[in-house]
Amino acid sequence: MLQENDIAAIWLTLKLAGITTSILLVLGTPLAWWMARTRCRLRVVVDALVSLPLVLPPTVLGFYLLIALGSNGPFSGLVKALGGSNLAFSFTGLVIGSVFYSLPFVVQPLRDAFVNIGQRPLEVAATLRASPWDQFVSIVLPLARPGYLTAIVLGFAHTVGEFGVVLMIGGNIPGETQVLSIAIYDHVEALEYGQAHWLSAALLALSFILLLSVYTLNRRFSVVHV
Amino acid sequence: MNTEQRMEVCLRHERENFLLDVDFSVSCRGVIAIFGPSGCGKTTLLRLIAGLEQGQGYLKLCDEVWQDETVFIPTHERPIGYVFQESSLFPHLSVLRNLLYGYRRIPYRQRHVKLEHAVELLGIGHLLQRKPQGLSGGERQRVAIARALLTSPKLLLMDEPISALDQNSKAEIMPYLQRLHSDLAIPVLYVSHAADEVAQLADHLVLMKNGRVESQGSINKMRKHLHLTSHISTSDESTGFEATVIDYDDAFHITYLEAGGVRLSVIGIVASVGESVELSINAEDISLSLEPIKDSSILNMIPVRLGSMAERKPAHVQISLDSGLGPLLAHTTRKSVKELVLHPGKEVYAVLHNLTVMN
Repeated sequence: MLQENDIAAIWLTLKLAGITTSILLVLGTPLAWWMARTRCRLRVVVDALVSLPLVLPPTVLGFYLLIALGSNGPFSGLVKALGGSNLAFSFTGLVIGSVFYSLPFVVQPLRDAFVNIGQRPLEVAATLRASPWDQFVSIVLPLARPGYLTAIVLGFAHTVGEFGVVLMIGGNIPGETQVLSIAIYDHVEALEYGQAHWLSAALLALSFILLLSVYTLNRRFSVVHV
Repeated sequence: MNTEQRMEVCLRHERENFLLDVDFSVSCRGVIAIFGPSGCGKTTLLRLIAGLEQGQGYLKLCDEVWQDETVFIPTHERPIGYVFQESSLFPHLSVLRNLLYGYRRIPYRQRHVKLEHAVELLGIGHLLQRKPQGLSGGERQRVAIARALLTSPKLLLMDEPISALDQNSKAEIMPYLQRLHSDLAIPVLYVSHAADEVAQLADHLVLMKNGRVESQGSINKMRKHLHLTSHISTSDESTGFEATVIDYDDAFHITYLEAGGVRLSVIGIVASVGESVELSINAEDISLSLEPIKDSSILNMIPVRLGSMAERKPAHVQISLDSGLGPLLAHTTRKSVKELVLHPGKEVYAVLHNLTVMN
């Protein structure tokens, strides 16, 4: 059966994925909107940067984050001045790493959704007296709902499945930085196959239920085809 | 009218390979048609007036400056209604909520056009709870027009609102457009490349060509231009064919032509003998008769065989004719179709009232 540490790992993983996805939605919305609308030449650079975590080995990303967040990193002074401690090997560090790691999985569906809406509905709304912010809330957000659902499920699931980045910057502190995938790895290393089975099955079931519920919801909402 | 309301437009907009440069002023009432061939910049002009695109110059409606060197009022602050060419209804909102979208965004005291009024005017009461996806093209445009009216605009901009519709929907929506005009005191800028629409709706005509205003004036003064250009723009209401000049009768000032074994007469000197010219006839200018008409002043009458027939509600039927001149299109009334028992395959006589010579 699941041990205390395992339950803590599950809880930590869900918390990490939830917080990461929320942050990414807040940061990703303006970023994706800019990427969908701008004619600025810098866009290709931003496109490439956002997609980088898709091709980069997680260990490489983790390594750089470890250096950046570590006690001698460029941000350590700032963090200490704000009263924080070392970000590496902390939950906050994990959140920062996950935000980078899952960025394309949230930004790309949002960007695609915004591109698909096109310019016309916004022009129509403008001729009906809607200010740009009003247009975004009353037209873009509802029309981009399928994109948001995709972004949420991909961002969440991808963070749950994170391994390399966590290993590099979070280490393996139970209850603090030990997430599900690391706990499974630990059990296998210790030849505790029974424990690894339980956790793996839990992760499998969780992922499936998550995807199933989102796709069911999405189908109900998919009346909106843009 | 005690004080004349004028719109002054002096705008320049450059895009790759295209320059729009217009300077005109019109009295702002009734339906002002902006007419010209496709690609002449009509839609761009309308978008500039709406503020959807920004060019240089100035733009004034009555006493309000919408644009000059220092001012540019954004679209959502201009008191306009805009009807787009294709369906522009918000897919996530019901018809009713589409209608209320703009209505709720204007101050209470400015809501001169009421929901019931707009709904009644456009005949869309039965559609209110539906989603836009389930509506026909004509219904969607009627909803879009009502939605634009519900912002009680000072100027209604319509960008070929019916050009994307099929013939039946066009015929269905036309009476509503004409009512709009007579029921509301909102001036309309109506962009179109279809001469028949313009002839039916407009009070004033602004003629555009290659990004410039060629001329403008009241519809009566401009009607000549309308017909001249109606043949250039591909109106599906008229058919053209080639004919060869065989003789010219100096005494009567009539030119005789021959086409597909049929002899035709056209008033005036058309071309010299032996030359071939392009003739065109409007569907409205063909009438049908079961027997050849004798002892009449008719110049051109040809035997034809009736082809496919399409009803054009409310009163008309469009018939394709098979003749020595090639296929022709004719309009007649549903009443005549019934009384003369017209059906595809029947052989009758077509009277051609007004043959136009194309350049």
